[in-house]
Amino acid sequence: MSTIVLDGVSRWYGNVVAVNDVTMTVGPGITGLLGPNGAGKSTLISMMGGFLAPSAGTVRLDGGEVWRNPEIYRRVGLVPEAEAMYDMVTGWQFLLANARLHGLADPGAAARRALETVDMLEPADRPISTYSKGMKQQVKMATALVHDPAVLLLDEPFNGMDPRQRLHLMDLLRRLAAEGRTVLFSSHILEEVEQVADTIEVLVAGRHAASGDFRRIRRLMTERPHQYTIASSDDRRLAAALVAAGAADGVTLQGGSLAVQTSDWGRFVHALPQVARQSGVRLLDVSPADESLESVFAYLVAR
Amino acid sequence: MNPVVMELTVRGLLGRRRSLLLLVLPLLLIGLAALTRWASDASPTASSGLTGNFAMGTLLPLMCLLIGTGVIGPEIDDGSIVYMLAKPVPRRSVLLGKLAVALAATVLFAVLPVALGAAIAGDEDLRLATAYGLAALLAGVAYTTLFVALSVLTRNAVIIGLLYALLWESVLGGYVPGVRDVSIRQWALAPAEDLLGFRALGWGVDSAVETSVGLVLLAVVTVGAAWLAIRRLKTLRLAAAD
Repeated sequence: MSTIVLDGVSRWYGNVVAVNDVTMTVGPGITGLLGPNGAGKSTLISMMGGFLAPSAGTVRLDGGEVWRNPEIYRRVGLVPEAEAMYDMVTGWQFLLANARLHGLADPGAAARRALETVDMLEPADRPISTYSKGMKQQVKMATALVHDPAVLLLDEPFNGMDPRQRLHLMDLLRRLAAEGRTVLFSSHILEEVEQVADTIEVLVAGRHAASGDFRRIRRLMTERPHQYTIASSDDRRLAAALVAAGAADGVTLQGGSLAVQTSDWGRFVHALPQVARQSGVRLLDVSPADESLESVFAYLVAR
Repeated sequence: MNPVVMELTVRGLLGRRRSLLLLVLPLLLIGLAALTRWASDASPTASSGLTGNFAMGTLLPLMCLLIGTGVIGPEIDDGSIVYMLAKPVPRRSVLLGKLAVALAATVLFAVLPVALGAAIAGDEDLRLATAYGLAALLAGVAYTTLFVALSVLTRNAVIIGLLYALLWESVLGGYVPGVRDVSIRQWALAPAEDLLGFRALGWGVDSAVETSVGLVLLAVVTVGAAWLAIRRLKTLRLAAAD
């Protein structure tokens, strides 16, 4: 059982702050690192994997510093985000080379087992350059598993996978976590993280915005104020009726449509059709105005 | 040195398309050497002109640049070096393994062709080939180590290396006396000049520095570059996508 502890970790490049004062503990089980593109997820994983020195703070694995300490790689398996591998060798040769670099007693058996685990034994005799993006991800995963590590750091491991490969990897992550391993993976897709992660750490604009199990993160995301844009046969009357019924916190009439803000999402979606019907207004268009993940994240940060 | 690092490096160096250049350039030299022999009736002076100018001045630094930047630069650029670095292998062994492959390739594709070229173009009991072979070996080791270090230190290693090899060594070195003293080629020519003795003057083998000075400077540059490269690889920052 291994634990990674980040204490006040920041990383800046010149004037740009990529990771801002992050403190978190990643223990056994699956942790999902969720955040939009450019949130600093890769930078954070690079620091956890010993490929980047924190500008401030410390990253420790079971009490030992990870920076400038290649010995951690006996316990850590890494899936980098970059797609490039040694394209000119076959999947088998690449896995064997990885096993030998780890100094394993029986590199052949380890390579075979890792390829079997990710279901890549059959195409292993082909050069890596002929693999699809999803297959390359599987091989990357196999290289991370070849030495049976206690900790797995996976940067966007689902990227480029087809649905079958995705399910396969989710199963694998669950299995690895059940064996007591510490698994951390990053993603910008909430549903992906929700399906497998026991703990979700949300990173937005370099800051640690939220932390908890998926129910807590879901709740944070659905209980925030929601915005809707509505077009109807009589916006003015509908606006008055919605406010009178207590279904909206605020309404704004703007350029031929109605903007509604509500903090009680469930109540609003139930009330809207009834209110419209009672006041004889026809709804032409109802659309959420800010359902992008970015706006959800922005809300979490501003909290 | 790690054998797996060396194997992967050999595959990377020879598996890319630019490895064809490693064959084409030496073949060009051999062709020119044959032509020189035919045109000058195998005169050692003409042979020395070709070897001293084209082989030592252009071909050797270019080959070392190709090899030195080829063994590690592409992997750092595309990020695949992470598979070697995320292992419990000392970074020193990774760098020395790659350097060993680069030096072996330098001897095979650059040093031997230079000596062979001198022998073909015109020689006397292989004296010229031996002298230039020694100079090419010394210069090749220094150049290649320097260019390997440059690839670890900067993403612009090829451009900086080209500027150094072609502009500094060939052009500036030819006109500015002070610059001639600060040149790997000049340092490496010093022992060759010694080796040829009285023949050196007649054949035009001439170095700007003393042999002892040349050898010390070559050693300083080679060891210094390797040390810098190892140090840098220990803290190599792998570019994050965001």
